[in-house]
Amino acid sequence: MLTVLLAVGILLALSLVFGAILGYASVRFHVEGDPIVDQIDAILPQTQCGQCGHPGCRPYAEAIANGEAINHCPPGGQATIQALADLLDVEAIPLDGDHGTETAKRVAVIREDECIGCTKCIQACPVDAILGAAKQMHTVISDECTGCDLCVDPCPVDCIDMVEVGVTSKTWSWDKPQGVAATSMNIIATDRKAEVAH
Amino acid sequence: MQTTNIFSFHGGIHPPENKAQSLTLPLGHPSLPKELILPLSQHIGQSSRPLVSQGEQVLKGQAIAINNGFLSSFLHAPTSGSITAIEERVIAHPSGLSDLCIVIEPDGDDNWTERKPLNDWRRISKTDVLSYLAEMGIVGMGGAGFPTQVKLQGAHKHPLTHFIINAAECEPYITADDMLIREKTEQLVLGIEVLQHLVEADQVIIGIEDNKPQAIAALNNALAQHNSTIQVAVVPTKYPSGGEKQLIQLLTGKEVPSGQHPADIGILCQNVGTCVAVHDAIYLGQPLITRFTTLTGDALKAPQNVEVLLGTPVKHLLDYAQATHKKISRLVMGGPMMGFTLNSIDAPIVKTSNCILAASKKELPAPAPEQACIRCGMCEQVCPASLLPQQLLWFSKSQEFEKAEHYNLFDCIECGACSYVCPSSIPLVQYYRHTKSSIREAREAAVKSDLAKQRFEARKARQEAEAAEKEAKRLARQKASAQKTEGKSTATEAKKATPPAAETKTAILDESKKLKVDIALAKNKLKKLQKQLVEAQENEHVEEINHLQLQVTEQEKILTSLEQQLEKMATTPAEKSTKAAPAPVNEELKKAKIDVALIGAKLKKAQKQLAESPDDKELKANVSELEKGLVQAQSLLDRLTPSTAAQKADMLQKASSKPTVNDDLKKAKIDLAIAKAAVKKVEKALKKAEELKAPEADTLRQQLLEAQQRVDSLEKALSNPQTQSPMTEATESNASTDESAAKNEQIKKQKIASAMAKAAINKLKKRLAAEPDQAESIQQEIAAAEKRQQEADALLAQLTQSQDTM
Ligand code: SF4
Ligand code: SF4
Ligand code: SF4
Ligand code: SF4
Repeated sequence: MLTVLLAVGILLALSLVFGAILGYASVRFHVEGDPIVDQIDAILPQTQCGQCGHPGCRPYAEAIANGEAINHCPPGGQATIQALADLLDVEAIPLDGDHGTETAKRVAVIREDECIGCTKCIQACPVDAILGAAKQMHTVISDECTGCDLCVDPCPVDCIDMVEVGVTSKTWSWDKPQGVAATSMNIIATDRKAEVAH
Repeated sequence: MQTTNIFSFHGGIHPPENKAQSLTLPLGHPSLPKELILPLSQHIGQSSRPLVSQGEQVLKGQAIAINNGFLSSFLHAPTSGSITAIEERVIAHPSGLSDLCIVIEPDGDDNWTERKPLNDWRRISKTDVLSYLAEMGIVGMGGAGFPTQVKLQGAHKHPLTHFIINAAECEPYITADDMLIREKTEQLVLGIEVLQHLVEADQVIIGIEDNKPQAIAALNNALAQHNSTIQVAVVPTKYPSGGEKQLIQLLTGKEVPSGQHPADIGILCQNVGTCVAVHDAIYLGQPLITRFTTLTGDALKAPQNVEVLLGTPVKHLLDYAQATHKKISRLVMGGPMMGFTLNSIDAPIVKTSNCILAASKKELPAPAPEQACIRCGMCEQVCPASLLPQQLLWFSKSQEFEKAEHYNLFDCIECGACSYVCPSSIPLVQYYRHTKSSIREAREAAVKSDLAKQRFEARKARQEAEAAEKEAKRLARQKASAQKTEGKSTATEAKKATPPAAETKTAILDESKKLKVDIALAKNKLKKLQKQLVEAQENEHVEEINHLQLQVTEQEKILTSLEQQLEKMATTPAEKSTKAAPAPVNEELKKAKIDVALIGAKLKKAQKQLAESPDDKELKANVSELEKGLVQAQSLLDRLTPSTAAQKADMLQKASSKPTVNDDLKKAKIDLAIAKAAVKKVEKALKKAEELKAPEADTLRQQLLEAQQRVDSLEKALSNPQTQSPMTEATESNASTDESAAKNEQIKKQKIASAMAKAAINKLKKRLAAEPDQAESIQQEIAAAEKRQQEADALLAQLTQSQDTM
């Protein structure tokens, strides 16, 4: 009888000790914030354009975490939907056309001599990529522009254009070969005659 | 001369060398072309910044572009002539794209600018020598064109055991380095000595393949003459022994760990071309403006090596080597293994162009169609980087980037050995290149979206802070005005009035403290990033450099914005005090009032006591003292009151619009209330003084009179607000300047109106084009808009005219 009591006692003591440790750890190593929202937010393109119907990417991330469809972000396009589907372990669905279509990367450019300096575009830009002051010419820092389109409508003199970002020799990248049965022209081990000579 | 051990590396292939063709003729010197095209980006890193403008005359060797940041290079005019354009031209790049180039039309004189050799390079500091090399535009001439001084700086991180000169030249067809060693042996040895002086390695080894006997003999000869400790290591011919990591393994037996660089294990590699360029710069004062290039291929009648000016169009060289243009089926820049196809014969020679291969169809037939991988494992056997090519192919095809990286995709040197042996003709390297650039793009996109997120969040925080500040200000104003109307004559109320100001102050202090902490944090981060960046640059982690640079600039921006915020914060309280002009005076006023009240209370108490025990001398003295204090406080109070009035008058002068007049009215009323209260107080004090027959009674009476006068005048002013303020006079005196300012304003307004009307017209016209069925109504609108615009324009003209005449 004593051994039984002893065993129970020991187990009880152990469970108390481990419980205390676990309890302490959960407080001590508490993770701040909502990690799933952060993960979703990290996938979204951060264009902050509001086409998804939310005032920015993070709110949409929160909405997705609360069950909204994952196909409402046109700037991210299919790649983002795929990444979200992988993350959330759901089916990848095509982009919802109601929110817009996927376009090539663009940046805003102000036709500077037409700008009247009304500062409306500055107020609209979600990432502070427009420089200017009242009654002064305004300009877009193209490196910071996310191409969200939000400054175009407010401009009273319509002097903002969305310009597609072209490929330069620095941003150019190699094409993917077409795959089996296709002849590639840019293959670098070009010396096929050598093989014949083997 | 000592002999060195030769080790070996994994894999490798033996493609036919095809080197003899270009070695039959001696070194050629092509004539000056009609124009030289110098791309601003001939190296890894940022493009250079042009120093010249169109139409300018330049001399041979004059710097025409300056380095643009740490990882960039200088560019020099290869001959004298005039700058005809700085424009986009097709460049030698696998994409076939154009880039900004400086175009020089030679004048044929080949006039040198003043050359200043660095003869005392042994005595001056190494940093100076390095920056001199940078100014001479020296970049690595074997590979990607890494700025040499950056590479040398990076080599200082660890003590160097080996300094390796890469003369292997393993790629088929190319003989440029071979020819260079033969022609410029002396210069090569001297150049190596300079570099060795700069890096101080334990051993200097020239690695050369055994298929260049003449070059080896020439080298041994020159080294023996110099009594040099430089060793020549002859390695067996095998492709790609000229790869940096492969040559290191061949000569030292050491493997450069994955993701690291030779400098990390104490080894530095330089190409022979670079060493000769260093010699020319140091001993002759000549910047990098020429290079050796092999012209070869079946389509050329006179294949040979040439010493060519940078910027020479490929077309010019093909003509020089008597090309049969019809025979060229593929034009390759670089060798057949690592080179790339040129789309245009107008592309120029740049600092890294070692070969032009004009291949006939027979020479480089189109590759066979790709077939499925049969898992034969041949690619794995030849891979010099000991990778698993078929595995990498699999991940590349399925876009599993993480796995590809895990299988060390970025260790692939794109040598093409795997493609060369693959029996299924799979363009393996092209898959890897595509995957690499996709991964890089994804990384850059991640950095960018991170930045966008930060900026977005910073903006949100700023907006919230602004809103909160506005709200706080509004509340403070509300409270203050409430208290003002209540009349703050009593001590308790005055006490109450102080807290809101103090609160906002402490809030601002708090915020600025927070900002300061933020700034410190941001600075720290920036420092860390900069350190990382420098390290990356030293180590040639090219992929990281861009990424880091982006981060650094972003961090810098954050920092400046934070600092600006702080500045704003610092100025806002000041602004506030100037805006609410009488605030500090008010405070003093309050204090004075409190003093008066306090002393009055004390006096009363003392007097009561005195009445109870009239013989107490001490009490008497006390009372008289208190009375004196009261007088002092009162006079202070009086002094302050008019000064606030004056300030208010000041403000009124500045103010010009109606709402401020209203404000002034309010203020005047408040002033009146205060003055009345003061009168009452003085009256009371007077009464007391009279009761006690105090000597101050007279002065008090006087004060009372004054106070009453003030009240009277204020009342008058209030009843007649238009004339009350000195403002009206002030505005009148300023009238003329005001008028012109107003006119300016109007002109601006008209300009805007006209611009808006124009825009409206544009919009309407667009609509007209889009919806022709509504043409009539739209046309009407257009007419109306045009009229509006005309009106605005007319008005504008009038205004400008009248302004001009003024
Ligand atoms: S639609 Fe625009 S705001 Fe919404 S998640 Fe996509 S990029 Fe962000
Ligand atoms: S909205 Fe248009 S006119 Fe106004 S500041 Fe921006 S670019 Fe200029
Ligand atoms: S190209 Fe890359 S994978 Fe292929 S053999 Fe060369 S190093 Fe290996
Ligand atoms: S050599 Fe070609 S076929 Fe053979 S395993 Fe490698 S990729 Fe596959």
